[in-house]
Amino acid sequence: MIKHENIETNAGLLIVLTLIVISIGGLVEIVPLFYINDTVEKVSGVRPYTPLELRGRDIYQREGCYLCHSQMVRPFRDEWLRYGHYSLAAESQYDHPFQWGSKRTGPDLARVGGKYSNAWHVAHLINPRDVVPQSIMPNYPWLQTTDLDYSDVQARMRALKKTGVPYSETQAEFDRNVAAFGPETANKLDILHAEENLMQQALTNDYDGQRDRVTEMDALVAYLQVLGTMVDFSKYDEGYFAEFR
Amino acid sequence: MSDKKARSQGAVQTTGHAWDGDIQEFNNPLPTWWLWAFYATVVFALIYWVLYPAWPVGGSFTKGMFNDITFVDSDGSVKTTHWNTRALLIRDLKEGKEARLSQEYMSKVADASYAQILADPEMMAYTRSVAKGLFGDNCAACHGAGGQGVIGLFPNLADDAWLWGGSIEQVHKTIADGRYGFMPAFSDTFDAKQLRDVASYVLSLSGNPVDGVARARGEKIFQTQEGGCHYCHTPAGTGLKSQGAANLTDQIWTIADVNGTDDPAVKLERVEKVISGGVQRQMPHWSERLTPAQIKLLTVYVHELGGGQ
Repeated sequence: MIKHENIETNAGLLIVLTLIVISIGGLVEIVPLFYINDTVEKVSGVRPYTPLELRGRDIYQREGCYLCHSQMVRPFRDEWLRYGHYSLAAESQYDHPFQWGSKRTGPDLARVGGKYSNAWHVAHLINPRDVVPQSIMPNYPWLQTTDLDYSDVQARMRALKKTGVPYSETQAEFDRNVAAFGPETANKLDILHAEENLMQQALTNDYDGQRDRVTEMDALVAYLQVLGTMVDFSKYDEGYFAEFR
Repeated sequence: MSDKKARSQGAVQTTGHAWDGDIQEFNNPLPTWWLWAFYATVVFALIYWVLYPAWPVGGSFTKGMFNDITFVDSDGSVKTTHWNTRALLIRDLKEGKEARLSQEYMSKVADASYAQILADPEMMAYTRSVAKGLFGDNCAACHGAGGQGVIGLFPNLADDAWLWGGSIEQVHKTIADGRYGFMPAFSDTFDAKQLRDVASYVLSLSGNPVDGVARARGEKIFQTQEGGCHYCHTPAGTGLKSQGAANLTDQIWTIADVNGTDDPAVKLERVEKVISGGVQRQMPHWSERLTPAQIKLLTVYVHELGGGQ
């Protein structure tokens, strides 16, 4: 039997026992996450980000957007009325790290995709007060003038693949994606063609209104426009989502 | 007796440990109120664990008991589930006091025709107050809180000019289906002189004083195949609503900020810039994001903002 006095006077023992106690606290919170399967909704439509959206997401994090904007609509009536359907666990399953955030200085962005036009986003990011006079958001004009660096996009996708995001490299992985997401989406998740896909999406949609170049604005707007748009909520009864809580 | 005095007199117990011979540790008991508050939180936790979802067990979790929620699902069936915020929300949205009141009016609006809404003062009052919130959330980001728009980017909804038509039906179509406003860029078609000529003619349509010779040359370009402007803007310059083409004969300028300057040369420059660069503006469609009743409310609200047509 260890006496209290022995622990208090033996630094090594105190450290070991402290670590054990803290680990239990952590494990109790973390371990269940690996086993609880019935809290993630089985919905179709949620896919990993395309290369361009992924780079946009990187810029979102680089500029610290998450410091003022959350991406988590909570299941309350006021949020439902303002932002739309509450966020599902399934919707951020490919987010590493997730962007739920904890501070709303600006509005929640979980359902901002498709809400405004590309031109609005461009004008708003260059100078928010051009379109929202009372806004306190900073200006991000360099996004429109900085060419997007996508030289390492394949490496970024490989890194995410290691965390479980189903980007494909081999034929078998590609076939699995075709089965899971359909051929069109599977093509966009192919690491080997990431750069062409990125260029194609940026030039086809021309998010930033500059036809001749691919800027950071293209990537960020592409990302913002896909947020919260992947799940077709008309396909599910509301009661179905309540089964996962 | 002060604490300091009590300690020096040995009234407070020590832990009994002594370091370096004389360093001792006081063993003060916790305040009673604090201790009981702590016990109360423990009791609260135990009760909470029984009533609400709490502990992970295997692949699932304890669901709580004695406070199931019964709600009406989207398909109309009645379901009962353990307590959770999602079921709570479904119930609140269907059966809450505010929700029921709002549904009552919403269903009234959904069933009414536009003519009926416009003629009914009570429904109009409801429309104005609810649509103001909808407009603020969905439309004001571009069109401004008062519908004033941004020159060069987003049309003013509070004036009497309607690019796509100002009737209730046309406003409804604009909101529900969205619009894509397009004017080709003429930078490759016209040289600098031709740009100036066309801009002169365009400015003259709304009564701006311009160089007469340039105007005459511009008119020819505008009204013939050379520029083809009259196809969308019509020979009179009043604009085809079906194409979203601007009326060039009034004093309202939505893209080139002509009214923002008194200098005729700058006015010309601004118009030239629009003709040279073209216009691409997109209004998103709202039929998927808003319910038909919400679109109805917004249509009436926007129609009224600009005085309607």
